[in-house]
Amino acid sequence: MEIGLVELSRMQFALTAMYHFLFVPLTLGLSILVAIMETVYVMTNRPIWRQMTKFWGTLFGINFVLGVATGITMEFQFGMNWSYYSHYVGDIFGAPLAIEGLMAFFLEATFVGLFFFGWDKLSKVQHMMVAWLVAIGSNFSALWILIANGWMQNPVGAEFNPDTMRMEMTSFFEVLFNEVAQAKFVHTVSAGYVTASVFVLGVSALYLIQNKHKDLARRSIAVASAFGLAAALSVVVLGDESGYSASHTQKMKLAAIEAMWETHEAPAPFTAIGFPDQDARETHYAVEIPWAMGLIGTRSLTQEIPGINDLVAESEEKIRDGLIAYDALMIIREQREATPQIVRETFEAHSDNLGYALLLKQYVDDPRNATEAQIKMAADDTVPGVAPLFWAFRLMVVLGFSFIAVMAYFFYRASFRNMQFPRWSLYAAVAIIPTPWIAAELGWFVAEFGRQPWTVDGVLPTALSASHLSIADLLITLAGFLIFYSVLFVIEVSLMVKYIRKGPFQDVDETNAWLERHEARLRSETPAPTLTATPAE
Amino acid sequence: MILFELIDYDILRVIWWALLGVLLIGFALTDGFDMGVGALLPFVAKTDVERRVAINTVGPVWEGNQVWFILGGGAIFAAWPPLYAVSFSGFYLAMFVVLAAFIVRPVAFKYRSKRDDATWRTRWDWALFAGGAVPALLFGVAVGNVLLGVPFYLTEDLMPMYPGNFAIKFIGLLRPFALLAGVVSLSMLLMHGAAWLSLKAEGIVAERARAIGIKAGIVAAGGYALAGLWMAVGIDGFALGEVVANGPSNPLYSEVIRGGSWLSAYADRPWIAIAPIMGFAGIALAVLGLKAGREVSTLLWSKMGILGIISSVGLTMFPFILPSTLDPKSSLTVWDASSSHQTLFIMLVVTAIFMPLILMYTAWVYKVLWGKVTEAQVTENADTVY
Repeated sequence: MEIGLVELSRMQFALTAMYHFLFVPLTLGLSILVAIMETVYVMTNRPIWRQMTKFWGTLFGINFVLGVATGITMEFQFGMNWSYYSHYVGDIFGAPLAIEGLMAFFLEATFVGLFFFGWDKLSKVQHMMVAWLVAIGSNFSALWILIANGWMQNPVGAEFNPDTMRMEMTSFFEVLFNEVAQAKFVHTVSAGYVTASVFVLGVSALYLIQNKHKDLARRSIAVASAFGLAAALSVVVLGDESGYSASHTQKMKLAAIEAMWETHEAPAPFTAIGFPDQDARETHYAVEIPWAMGLIGTRSLTQEIPGINDLVAESEEKIRDGLIAYDALMIIREQREATPQIVRETFEAHSDNLGYALLLKQYVDDPRNATEAQIKMAADDTVPGVAPLFWAFRLMVVLGFSFIAVMAYFFYRASFRNMQFPRWSLYAAVAIIPTPWIAAELGWFVAEFGRQPWTVDGVLPTALSASHLSIADLLITLAGFLIFYSVLFVIEVSLMVKYIRKGPFQDVDETNAWLERHEARLRSETPAPTLTATPAE
Repeated sequence: MILFELIDYDILRVIWWALLGVLLIGFALTDGFDMGVGALLPFVAKTDVERRVAINTVGPVWEGNQVWFILGGGAIFAAWPPLYAVSFSGFYLAMFVVLAAFIVRPVAFKYRSKRDDATWRTRWDWALFAGGAVPALLFGVAVGNVLLGVPFYLTEDLMPMYPGNFAIKFIGLLRPFALLAGVVSLSMLLMHGAAWLSLKAEGIVAERARAIGIKAGIVAAGGYALAGLWMAVGIDGFALGEVVANGPSNPLYSEVIRGGSWLSAYADRPWIAIAPIMGFAGIALAVLGLKAGREVSTLLWSKMGILGIISSVGLTMFPFILPSTLDPKSSLTVWDASSSHQTLFIMLVVTAIFMPLILMYTAWVYKVLWGKVTEAQVTENADTVY
């Protein structure tokens, strides 16, 4: 296979997946924030909360539709661009995708239309239920997608079947309760909640700077900062959980992120900053924090975390072991039912490392003919690009911690300082709007780039997974997606800006009338401390 | 887990073959009228208000309807992985065009009326037209190609291969018979869209829709009959050598013979003639209903027509799912292209729980939205509807 084809396929996947995830986190979080606001409306009967629901709901809708549209590409491009992957692991990987459709996506998509069109056709409580069903559907969607992705990181509950030449499910339960998937799910949806909170905070801050829609803006900040604070804490805690599970499920990824070339005596230090050098296999100018890595990675003072060099040596052994399985597999493929039992037993004993033998396929057609040099090269291939992972991870972590600080500050001002926000903080809130998206994309980069050279860790190499298309096919679709997605992005952002400028236009008369009637009461209550919590909880 | 052995592998495979049909038909029946309305848009609605009426008849439901398409993709992946792998990569550029249509369509629905600008709106109207008409045509073309056989083969490792130049492969899909199948699917969905508009819109929009729907129905029935004749005289079928219904899912393990006619299935299993009969009868009754101005019953007849036509394709080809012209041995069939026994069982349990729920809440949503979309409604709620 030409290496160009695999690279183009990877570029296309990266482009479409990262573009899709521009919209998903806002959908995840905003759907819940909107449902919370509508719940407050139903409980308090104050039109301002209905106005908020409708305003943020409109922005939610503009964003949601692109999440849906770009998600279609995700569902189909495994078959289009990764056909060998689809064949090889479809028996396991396809199931969560289908369940996502059945259980989650149908729910959110069916009710989202009613959310926008049902205001006059449903009772207040019914409409609130619809908002919650949309939010629940969106979040369940994420659960199943991350179960699928978690399996690529930590392929449990499956084994290779030589008769069908693919991985087959042995335990649905293990796939479902894969520890990697569960930690990733909470980490990812929490990141979505932070994204939406920062977005609501930033837009509301803009209104306060411009001195308009102040009632809506203050209440929105109160909701967003409380929700955002809880979510930002959860992102960091579950991110740590992901790191802990990586220390026994994806040792190479962890070592690469930390640029740990050598196995360090326990407890290992954490390299806060440094310049990893892949060729020399060392990190220049490293600033180390003693013990920290061992504590995060193993939660003990005595357990070692293996370094990259030791892991490469381990990979080499696995390649040699995988070759035994590969040899047996070729005999089984040749003789089918007539295969001697001893060959099948040999295969089963070594099949866990079959994927490592497949790493040789990009050097020789038949891995059994690989030279010693090629085996060494394949073992070296199991190290992902260290420097990009090292930096992407650190930037993501810094952003993650700063969200806690931002949310805590606004939560404090909203709860205990009568919703008075200094001007500098409002400008800062507007300026940081893009940062949660950057953090989320970095997170996916670490997860997916860190898994290389595998599509399914230890099972199927990326180079083998791609479809045998022509370069021209790929160039056409890559250019097509690039142009098409860029145009849609410009249109989306321009509509968002237009509707943010326009502000909460719906039910203004109704809201005003209500405000007049209750003017006196409102004046005594604004800024109203009773409105600061999230009553939906 | 021993539980999955409750249902035999071959029975699960037949159930999942039927469920594949259910999903495709569910997609055609629901999203089909969305595509039909999109394709009809420039012809049934001339002014902005008329167009908004037509668009808002599907406004609240297209999103849910489109999930049938996405679920179809997911279910093929889960239950028929080789089919997912071979067909989507084999029809690569055609799939890209379909994806583009399905990406632009939701955006067009949502964004069209968000600006008060005639050029902006006209552009999105054309996007809705293309987003409806192009996939409606291409789905038929794909089915036509499946009946003719697709030029792919599987290597010993079961890697799907499609030799040949990409442009020739793409143009090669547009064979005369496949185009005829495309005409059938497009006209069938135009008729379905017209039946929907006749129920949900009123006045001039509904009237124009009915006039076009009648013609589309006649074209669909004529094209379907012609395709049947063509298959009887001009197209080679495929036949399976020895049937091993419980064997491993490895297409290369079975023998496939090229030749004979697909239509010999009607001699072997005469009961399947019910499908084409339903197809013709449904279309005929829908056309008569459009003429007479009946609303609810017309939509139901149109649904029956579509159900008959789509299921006739599957029943005629059984047990084949994707035959290969290059290497008949590589052809995918019900007996050798499914997921494992356990996966099929788990997916069946999940489907048995959630499919009834989906049907229930979808029915509830349609009930809430029952009633015609009028020009007055669109003008009064100009800011909130599409």
